[in-house]
Order: sequence, then structure tokens, then C-alpha cells
Amino acid sequence: MLSTLLVQLLTGLSGASSLFLVSAGLTVIFGVTRVVNFSHGSLYMLGAYTGWSILSRLPREPLPFILGVLLTVAALALLGALLERLLLRRIYAAPELLQLLFTFGVVLVVQDATQAIWGPNDLPLPRGRWLRSFVEIGDARVPLYDLILIAIGPAVLAALWLLLTRTRWGTLIRAATQDREMVAALGVDQKRLFTSVFALGAGLAGLAGALSLPDGSANLQMDLSIITDAFVVVVVGGLGSVPGAFLASILIGVLQAFGIVVLPQATLVLVFVIMAAVLVVRPNGLLGRPQAIRENPASTTLIRPAEPALRWLGLAALILAAAAPLFVGPFLLSVLTEMAVAMLFAAALHFMMGPGGMASFGHAAWFGLGAYAAALAVKGLALPMTAGLLIAPLLAGTAAALFGWFVVRLSGVYLAMLTLAFAQIVWAVMFQAVDLTGGDNGILGVWPAQWATDRLVFYWLTLALCTAATLVLRTILYAPFGYALRGARDSELRAAAIGLDATRLRHAAFTIAGAAAGLAGSLAAFSKGSVFPGFIAISRSVDALLMVLLGGVQSMAGPIVGAIAYTGLFDLLLLATDQWRAVLGLSIIVLVLAFPQGIAGTAHRLWLRGKEA
Amino acid sequence: MSITRRSALAAAGLLATPAIVRAQGNTPIRIGEINSYTAAPAFTLPYRNGWMLAVEQVNAAGGVFGRKIEVISRDDAGRPPDAIRLAGELLDDQKVDLFAGSFLSNIGLALSDVAKQRKKLFVGGEPLTDAMVWQNGHRYCYRLRPSTYMQAAMLVDDAAKLNAKRWVTVSPNYEYGQSVVKWFKLMLSQKQPGVEFVGEQWPALGKIDAGATAAALAALKPDAILNATFGPDLTNFVRQGNTRGLFEGRGVVSVLTGEPEYLDPLGEETPEGWIVTGYPVDSLTDPANKAFIDAYKARFNETPKMGSVVGHALIASIVAGIAKSGSTDTEKMADGFAGASFDTPFGKAAWRAQDHQATLGTYVGKTALKGGKGTMVNWRYVDGSAALPSDDEVKKMRPA
Repeated sequence: MLSTLLVQLLTGLSGASSLFLVSAGLTVIFGVTRVVNFSHGSLYMLGAYTGWSILSRLPREPLPFILGVLLTVAALALLGALLERLLLRRIYAAPELLQLLFTFGVVLVVQDATQAIWGPNDLPLPRGRWLRSFVEIGDARVPLYDLILIAIGPAVLAALWLLLTRTRWGTLIRAATQDREMVAALGVDQKRLFTSVFALGAGLAGLAGALSLPDGSANLQMDLSIITDAFVVVVVGGLGSVPGAFLASILIGVLQAFGIVVLPQATLVLVFVIMAAVLVVRPNGLLGRPQAIRENPASTTLIRPAEPALRWLGLAALILAAAAPLFVGPFLLSVLTEMAVAMLFAAALHFMMGPGGMASFGHAAWFGLGAYAAALAVKGLALPMTAGLLIAPLLAGTAAALFGWFVVRLSGVYLAMLTLAFAQIVWAVMFQAVDLTGGDNGILGVWPAQWATDRLVFYWLTLALCTAATLVLRTILYAPFGYALRGARDSELRAAAIGLDATRLRHAAFTIAGAAAGLAGSLAAFSKGSVFPGFIAISRSVDALLMVLLGGVQSMAGPIVGAIAYTGLFDLLLLATDQWRAVLGLSIIVLVLAFPQGIAGTAHRLWLRGKEA
Repeated sequence: MSITRRSALAAAGLLATPAIVRAQGNTPIRIGEINSYTAAPAFTLPYRNGWMLAVEQVNAAGGVFGRKIEVISRDDAGRPPDAIRLAGELLDDQKVDLFAGSFLSNIGLALSDVAKQRKKLFVGGEPLTDAMVWQNGHRYCYRLRPSTYMQAAMLVDDAAKLNAKRWVTVSPNYEYGQSVVKWFKLMLSQKQPGVEFVGEQWPALGKIDAGATAAALAALKPDAILNATFGPDLTNFVRQGNTRGLFEGRGVVSVLTGEPEYLDPLGEETPEGWIVTGYPVDSLTDPANKAFIDAYKARFNETPKMGSVVGHALIASIVAGIAKSGSTDTEKMADGFAGASFDTPFGKAAWRAQDHQATLGTYVGKTALKGGKGTMVNWRYVDGSAALPSDDEVKKMRPA
């Protein structure tokens, strides 16, 4: 019994080391550059593939292995530096989180590029004898390689600690982590600093990727399967804190190893439960420090309702959308329906993210809850479709109000990650409650009521409801509530001084955003005739985030433009080319470079410039 | 910017193509096809080669009643809602006569539901879920591959021969895995009373924590193991199991592991003596298999995988169904497919009338290591009809 516990503990610790290696790079990059680097998983995957290409050509002895791993680290560091110098550097001035959109484009491009270079098949690295050997504990065996990993984790931690505390470069890094502007003011060349940090982070990702090879293979799924776990570790540890990431890795790795024994199904969601618990108790992670209060740079101008010319433009677009079915075929009609739903979904996220200042990585939770509520109302309770459309926003709003109570106490990336944790918990519940929800097979046969079966009618219904709900959101934002919300976002202290309760304002905004997403979800359910756990998945939340960022966070029209652009691009590219990921990724990268304020934001700025001239 | 605009234009051009009004004469029969090409390339790319080869062969032989066949293929990105939208595009804009494909069970079921709603024929190739032909089965849906029930039924005889008392299971936590474990437990308990299932592991698909999973299973000291993981999860699990001695002196029954897609990545780590379902492509010599393997190698310069066989047989099964129906009218095909028999690389198979399941079978054998590569030995072909429940039981599960 004791030996079993010890074996499980050691296994957990080796898993923890692997987690730490991936997340160390991510936390270093975030700490200094504030870039939420979604492509860190891609760097990890490239590390594994590069490592495979190098190591499979070397003899299977320890020394060549070490050499091959170091070569991989160097290659990835170089790649990271290139990525930073050629691309990321151009958008540091852009609003926060726009870099996330950008790195997501990189993810897509890397996926297609990797498949083109290395092919679709998994690439296993043959293991030398020493990699297959083990140590006996009682009658159980622990792989020697696990023990090596357990040693590498602390060794990398120590090396990073020495680098950060005992070198001039490290001092500058730590200074930049605390106050980037001050470091710049003191005359430090930020560009070089950022490039070197990115190289370090990418090198660490490469190290993690190469070291994952003896336990498995290089494969095309590894980028997305690791990235959320890495983010969880970084956030649980405290953003930018390397020792925090180490602690968090151990916590998660060990709990995971024992969780598997106690409740095997828990592996779906355990890391997110841990994250939610930690963030509720420690809003800045285990070792994170509260972020310095910064005035929101984008908030210096007051956002007013659009001038008449733009309103006419909006009205014209709406009339065009309503008349569209008269010219387009059934497929474009289904794309338009998706666009309408996406518009409301994105507008709901924008409501809390833009004016509310609360970015969410888990907005699909409310979308999915709305969809499931509608589907269960119709299929389970045999209620009419209209009842389903009513119940969905109510239930999603109620759930958002409950979760929101915890969420709104946090800020920034911590807040976003807590919403992600809740979304994942909701997802896991829907996934596991097979009897109620059909598990991953979903609920089928959720087709619209008789009177709305005609796709034209359903499109007009969707368009009407989505437009109305979006306009309601807009009205709220230009009502005193909206101004108060933006006031609390821009300066919580000043808002408090004039008697505004920021927490309550945010909580209300969060609830409204949840309800609106729920309505969008219920319409999606009826338009697809089915509901799946995928409606709540991370990729769906990311979709919403991409739409808002693409359109422009600081523009009321942003989410609408973003939803139309992203949905249109995605749907048409999927149809047009096998390489849609690469093309979509490149499009996103190009759009970010061309429209650093989002499409609507940049367009509006150009419009204003024309006026002033 | 240029790339965006160009591709958007290309896409727009594609959509603007007016639907060509066709006479029944010798215009091609249009088959819509949807699969997870970008989400699961290791399986679906060989699958695409398989159906491309079949289409070329059918057309070279003159097509079906003088009409050539044409496949319009779409990538669903692994997302059910996108698959549903693309099904609409194929039916409405491309005016396909029927649609086929899909890899993941949830997408297969979603497409089947579209078929039911739209009253159009859907032929599922790869999805393994039993629900597709039983609980959710309907008039307009046919399915080719042996389901999870059939896979379990094919393995259970050999499993009982192990005479193992204490079993553990490891299976990805979603419908396919849950269903394999459910049927296997049920059938083995009937065959071998007194058998005990002492532990289960449910790793999340694609995210197995292989070390902890293997250690947890080893700690239970089982006599035998049922495995349903595949792909990267399987590679990780096998490596940890090998190092930790999990498989030593234990019987292992493993679903799908003999398929080249999943066996090849195991390489020299392939554990010997596992009882598996799969495709022993390197040792098949009968004329039907050999003809397919040779033609495939000649066309694509690589050995076929299980997906290739599924893709090839899918087209053959559709062509035979249309030929027997004598028309591409949906109602006629929905009736006419039933009972149609067709040639596959594995031999003759047919569409069953009672549940629209094909009788295509698969190979059951043992894993072995030859020249540093995994292979299947002592295999036999199990016809699908030998692995299905009685008609009465099917009737009970399938809505009228």
C-alpha cells in the first residue's frame, strides 16, 4: 500500500516537472511582455517535432540524447526570437489581448505547416535501453526517465532563478515584469529585452517538447492539448512568477495522479476545479502579486453614440441583411443565420469585455447553457420553441449571476481564467451527464417549431431577435448604467469616490452578458437542430474572443463587424481550401497588423481623421 | 491582404456557380462527402485516398448504369455544427443525390439527424456508435463499419479463453469508450460467469496521463486488461505500461489496436500477444485484399491503412446500393440499399434490411513484433453478420 502511494506520488511529480517546463516559458513571456501567448503550445509541438527530427538520427545513448535536446532548445529559441522580431514586435502598442488574437493566427499557421512538413502520422521516437529502464519500489516499478524528469524540473527552476536574480539581464527582466514603462524610461532597450525573453520562453517550450518524446510521440494534437493546462499552471502560480508556476505544477501534477485513482472520470476537469478553488481563495494565484493599477490607455476619449451618418450605415446594413434571402441561396442563408447568432454572442462578450473591462475566456459557458436549456425544454419537457427561447436567457443569466459573484472580484487575466474554469466545469458536467444530455453525442432533433421550420422564417426570426438583443445591449451601454460601468473600468478609485459600487456594476454586466449569450445559444441550437458539449468548449469561447478582438474592443460596432468578418472568413475558407487553417491564420495575422484597433476601431479612427481634416 | 482577398474571391466564385440543370441522362451521380480531414488527418487522409481510388475504378469500369460518379468532399474541422452546415450546402447548393462520410461518432449522429430531418440518404462510413443504427436508427441512415458492439463481440470469445478472473478497463472518456466497456463487460460476464471487473480508467481523449493511469491499473493487480484507447493516447499508455511491466503475464484485449493507423506508431514498443481487432495489411494474400493493396500502392505509393479500406468500401457500398435501387431517388434508395451486396477488400458484404448496418467485418488476431515493427499474427476474418445480436434484440433497440 505504501509503495503504491509512493509510486503514484513519484509519477505525479514527474508529470509536474513536464507541466512546469511548458509553463515556465509561458510565464516568463507573459511576465515581461504581457503577451497572452496562445502559440506557446505550438512552440511546444514544434519542439517535439524538431526534437524527433534530430534525435531519431542520433544514436540512442544518453549523451547524444542530451546533445539533441540542447540542439532543439537552440532551434526553438531562434524561432521564438524570429517570431518576436518579425511579427509580435509590431503590435505591442495595440490594446491588451490583441496579441492573443495574433498568436492564435500563429497557432493555425503552425498546425498546417507542421502537417505539411512532417506529415499526418504520429512520429514516435524509438527509445534506447536506458530510457526503458526502471527502479523497483516494493513490487512496483518507477521508470528511470520519470526520476530524471523529477530532477530536471527543480534544476530548470534553479537555473532560471540564478538567471533572474544573479545576472544584470535577470534584474532588468524582473524590473520589466514589475513596471515596463519605468524600465523604458531608464533607458533600457526594451526591444532587445523582449526578443531575448521570447527566445528564452520558446527555448523552454522546445525543451518541454523534446523531453516529452520518450513518453510518447510527436503528433498534431499536442499543441492544443497542452496549452490550456499550461495557462492554468501559470495562473494558479501567479502570472509571471516562475517559483509560483513550479508550485502550481506540483500541486496539479500530484493531485492529478491521485485523482486518477480515486475518481477516474475526474481527469476531464480536475485541473480547472483546482484553478477555480485557488483563484477564489487567492485572486492573484499562489505567488502572484497584485498588478499595479494602470489607467486604461484606450479610455481617454469618451465613447459617444455614433453620429447619424454611421447610424444610417447600420440601418442600411440591417435592411440589406433582412432582404438578403431574396438574392442568396440556402447555403448562404445558413451562413447568414450563423452570422446573426455570432453577432449577438460577440456583442454579449463585448458588453463585459469592452465597457465592463472583464475579458472572458469562457463565454461559451452561457452560450452552451442557453443551448442546453432550450434543447432540454423542448425535448425533455416538451415545451414549445418560444418557451425554450425564453428559458435559455433566464437560465444562462441566473447561472452567470451565480458564477459571476466569484468572478467579478478578480481582474485581468485571472478573471478571464476563472471564467474559463467555470466554462470547463459546465462543459464537463454536460459531457458526463450522459443520461440527461447524451454526453458527447449531444441532444439531437432540436428542430424549430412548425411555424419556423421554413429556413427563411427562421432566419428572419434569428435576425430579429439577435438585432433586438444587440440593440438592447447598446441601449444599456449608453444609459447611465453603461457610463457608470465604463467609469468603474477606467478608474475604480474615482468611481468609488462618487459612490459607484464597481463590484455590483460588474456583477450586473456579467449577468446581462450571460443572459444575452444564452439567447444566442438557444438560437444556435434550433438552427442546427442539435446541441453538443462543443457548444461550451474552449474553442467556442475563443471564437467569441477572436470576433470581439478582430472587430475592435473599444468600438460599439466592433463585435458586430468582427462576428461577420470571422464567421464569413471561416465558413467560406472551410469550403474553399484544404489549407483553410493556414489561410485563416495568415488572414488573422494580416488583419491584426493592418487594423491594430480592430477593423471597426481602426475604420472609425480613419473616419474621424477625415472629419477633422 | 492579397491572400485573404484572393481566397475570399475563390470562395465566392465557388458559391456563385449556378446549379447546373441536369437531365437524368449521363450526367454524373453526385455523392456529397464530409469528414474530419484537418482534425483527424492520420485516419482521414488514407480514407480519402481509399475513396478516390474507388471512384476512379468505378468510373473506369463505366460507372453506374452508364453514369459516372462524382464525389464532392468537405472538411468539417471536427465540429458537429460545421458538419451540419456543410451537409446543408451539399444538399441545397451542390444538389448531391446522397451524402456520406464522417469519422467521429457525434458528427455521424448529427449528420444522420440531418438526413432524417431532410429526408435524404446518409451513408456513415467510420463512426462506431451503436446509436446510429439502433437507438437513433432511421430509414434514411446506413452505416458501414463494425460498431462498438460488434468490435466487442468479435473479441469476447478470445477474451473468455484467457480464463482471467480479475479485469480492469482503460478507455477514452466519451461515447465510443463508454460503449466498448459496457458491451464487453456484459458479453464477457455472460460467457464467463464469475468474472470480476475490479477497476476502470477513463482518460480524457487526447490527454491521457499515461504514467498515473498505468500505475493505478498495475496497483489493482488484475489478471487481464481491456484497452480502448487509440492514437497518441495509446502510444503513451503502451510506453508507460512497457516500462512499468503492466502487460507482463497479463492478457490484454484491445479494440482497434491492430489497425495500421494505431499499430505503426507503436513501432518496436508493440507489446506481443494482445488480442486485437485490426487490419493485417502486411500478411494478407487472398485475391480481393491483394488486388486492393496492389492498386493502392500503385496509385499512392504507400501501403493502405484501415481508413483506406473504409473509404474504398464506402464507395463500393453506395454504388451497389444505387445499382440495386435502380435510381437516385431518395425514397427508392432508402428501400433499395437494404439487401444490396458489394465487394470490399475484405470480401463480400451486404446492407442489412433490419437495421441498415453493413456486414463488413474486421480481422481479429494477436499483436507481434517483426523486424522492429508491430504486426498482427494468427488472425482470422470475422464477418460482421457473426457479431450482431439477434433480430429480436435489434428490433427492441431500434425505433420502428
